[in-house]
Amino acid sequence: MLKTLRISDRALMVLFTIFVLAVPLIMAPLGAGYPDLMQRFAIYGIFAIGFNILFGLTGYLSFGHAAFLGVGSYSALWMLKLLSINIVPAIIFAVVVSGLFALLIGFISLRRSGIYFSILTLAFAQMSYNLAYSVLTPITNGETGLQLDLDDPRILDTANETSQVASPSFFGLEMGDTAVVPFLGMDLQFNVGFYVSALILIGMFYLSLRIFRSPFGMILRAVKSNQTRLNYTGFNSRPYTLTAFVISGMYAGLAGALLVCMDPLAGADRMQWTASGEVVLMTIMGGAGTLIGPVLGAGMIKYFENIFSRMNESVIQGWFSALPDGVSDVLVAVVSPFLGSGWHISLGLIFMLVVIFLPGGLVEGASRIMNLVTRLSQARKAGSSRSDTRPQDDDVSSEGSSPSSVNTRES
Amino acid sequence: MGILEVKGVNKRFGGLLALDDVNLSIEENTVHAIIGPNGAGKSTLLNCFIGKLLPDSGTVNFNNSSLLGLKPYQINQAGISRVFQTPEVFSELSILENVMIPAFAHRDGAFHISLFKSLAEETAIREQAEKILQDVGLVDTRHHTASSMSRGNKRRLEMAMCLVQQPKLLLLDEPTAGMARADTNNTIDLLKTISEAHNITFVVIEHDMHVVFSLADRISVLSQGHVIVEDHPSNIKGHPKVQEAYLGTAETQ
Repeated sequence: MLKTLRISDRALMVLFTIFVLAVPLIMAPLGAGYPDLMQRFAIYGIFAIGFNILFGLTGYLSFGHAAFLGVGSYSALWMLKLLSINIVPAIIFAVVVSGLFALLIGFISLRRSGIYFSILTLAFAQMSYNLAYSVLTPITNGETGLQLDLDDPRILDTANETSQVASPSFFGLEMGDTAVVPFLGMDLQFNVGFYVSALILIGMFYLSLRIFRSPFGMILRAVKSNQTRLNYTGFNSRPYTLTAFVISGMYAGLAGALLVCMDPLAGADRMQWTASGEVVLMTIMGGAGTLIGPVLGAGMIKYFENIFSRMNESVIQGWFSALPDGVSDVLVAVVSPFLGSGWHISLGLIFMLVVIFLPGGLVEGASRIMNLVTRLSQARKAGSSRSDTRPQDDDVSSEGSSPSSVNTRES
Repeated sequence: MGILEVKGVNKRFGGLLALDDVNLSIEENTVHAIIGPNGAGKSTLLNCFIGKLLPDSGTVNFNNSSLLGLKPYQINQAGISRVFQTPEVFSELSILENVMIPAFAHRDGAFHISLFKSLAEETAIREQAEKILQDVGLVDTRHHTASSMSRGNKRRLEMAMCLVQQPKLLLLDEPTAGMARADTNNTIDLLKTISEAHNITFVVIEHDMHVVFSLADRISVLSQGHVIVEDHPSNIKGHPKVQEAYLGTAETQ
């Protein structure tokens, strides 16, 4: 059984890689094929994968992960300012700093579990947010936000020769560079920044797959299942949860670093509690504790945020313009509160539906559909064979098919 | 000198003296039963062995080193395993994984990170776990999740989780509580085979006298926090003090 799992994991990895690399192709017809949004898909995918290692495996619900995102952003931007415009040192430094920060906050917060842990992490994140706005202004540049300047020292690079602020690059490849390829009447945009983020996303997905399949991952699942029992089994559970916390904090720091590599501006808003809540939403929406779920959830929420929010009243009027005036006015009045600036309402409704009807998130939805399809095809097969046989065989065939459907559900 | 030495242990909960100067010496490779009426302090005593409770005074020594103040995981690492009164397993995990976890704890210690080792590569641990599951008769269902098991099977699983660690001392808190007679007899047989096959010292807390008298080499009777008698099973049944503790004397009635 474990061997077949490994084969299916390999298949998952290959499919995931193809899917991520083909995002510009897939998203263009959906109106989401522009670099800025695709970068966000990949970066928030990394953020959610990391969050899932903590929340999905150990069950510890952190409400302060945006703090690590923010710390990662600030540290990366300082490296871009002080050291080099190359993104590599910035990313490494951001991951290290956010890891240390997570070690500190995790060490304190993990002394409690359940709601108390959530509140502690929330408190630390809000504290970081307020510090970034007030006391730490020399580092964070307060409300204005930290950004690149013409007179940045950048000791490893040749200083700015042009009068323009440099943009972050990967050994000369600028993140903003985009190749536009016309394809079937659409413009496919292949962006350097997206592909850098996408490759890191694939690597991080692989890392999380390895963690899920390691003895360490199994022990984390045991923490979620019954932590007291685990302690009586001879494991000291706290270092395990702390390791998971630090790893997920480093993922968040990496995501924060990538955000400033794509758009070199870091503001304290990134650390606010709404941002922490967003990653919780992404993970639950996609399916907490599943491998692919958090990425799907991140993609879905970022899609909503960017696409639904742009559907203002005039766009909606365009949809219904063919209908008679009275009817279209009513329809516009009904639909418009849920789109445009009210997109949060639709998101909230969908979130409620998912939590109530699909507690396992989008992944559970997908697997239910798969089961339905296999059951329907089995039923059709059974039905066609039944027409040839005598009625008394009915019981036998139904008995024969029901255990096999149980098996498919288990696998 | 026994493997577990309990000397002068007192434990008070508010106004109640739950343990009153308890002295016990448990010999290696024996099955030692602790019996007594409800509220005699049996579970309190057991909780003092595993680090759940700290006695107010007295000493608890295991292999000549004190257990007092140790964390539950440290006591387990010292070689003491425990089967709970209500079966405690990792419900969401498979039966095999439930046994692999204590096997890892036994091999790697209380904290050991192997992020990049795949579970599938841990064949030695898996074979070890499968062998124990074979012994307790759960090997055929090893890929099912533990939540689907009956209470009796959960108890078997717990036993497997303890055995895979090859403990020196195994504490059983009412191993047959709430079981049907057939399950109880199965459990007795299982415990007998285990105690014959492995060099494990057992401490059994039990209400069911049938279980106690079919398993125990030695019995301590606890009443109102105090050990009133300690003797061979054959001498316990007719002992006047035991009858008094369980039935009361003519005067008190």
